[in-house]
Amino acid sequence: MKDLNIAGINVNLDDEGYLTDSSQWNEEVAKELAKIDDLELTDKHLEVLKFLRDTYNAGDALTIRRVGKSGVVTIKEFYKLFPKGPLKLSSKHAGLPKPTSCV
Amino acid sequence: MDKNEKKPLEKVCIICAKGNLEDVYAALIMANGAVMEGIEAKLFFTFFGLDGITKKYMDKLHTATVGNPAMRMPGGLPFPTLLGTIPGVEAGVSAMMKQGMAKLDVPPVSEFLEMYTAGGGEVYACKLAAEMFGLEKDDLWEDVIDIITIGKFYEMSDGDRTQIIFT
Repeated sequence: MKDLNIAGINVNLDDEGYLTDSSQWNEEVAKELAKIDDLELTDKHLEVLKFLRDTYNAGDALTIRRVGKSGVVTIKEFYKLFPKGPLKLSSKHAGLPKPTSCV
Repeated sequence: MDKNEKKPLEKVCIICAKGNLEDVYAALIMANGAVMEGIEAKLFFTFFGLDGITKKYMDKLHTATVGNPAMRMPGGLPFPTLLGTIPGVEAGVSAMMKQGMAKLDVPPVSEFLEMYTAGGGEVYACKLAAEMFGLEKDDLWEDVIDIITIGKFYEMSDGDRTQIIFT
């Protein structure tokens, strides 16, 4: 567990770098989290992150298929935006827990 | 060299040799799961597994109701083999399996393959089995990259962080 000071707020990360408190998330936090993974977030990235947060907060499981059907990005674009493990990376940058889905 | 150094998997090559619904899904879930983790994946379909990438059959796969000792009735009672021989029972059981998969957000085979290839996964067919079943490239799903020999498959399975999985 480590703390990260982002834009004047202290946020807590777990051992794998996921936010422990999802309510501490905002766009600035997202950009800083993405920098840890060497990723520069664009508006498109943020749009995906917002979709993930809305879906998660509505109580639905996050899957790559659902992102592909979101109308925000296709699955191909999703893989391009968040290379090497799109669902895990995007969940992390969206301040959500590590996804537990196998599909 | 550090003995504790982790060597994450870099590539999986998965062979699907059976055409039952659950066998094809097992291969797809493993292959797609690899791509989701950023691991390179190659799927190789052979013998009856070819049904999983044959246009005519890929979305109509069945679960065997005969010769499947793990098959049970809803509620857990054993599933009598003779019941499985009645016309329509296998179709009904297969439809139930597909509903169960859909509930878990597991897509039909063709859509699953699309998801997998969208993530960079590759699909191949076995030359020997395709010849045996009289299948041409046109009979196969459009994104099958090629019909290849087992030698070619091994060639593609290079790298010391590669695993070959046979389902």
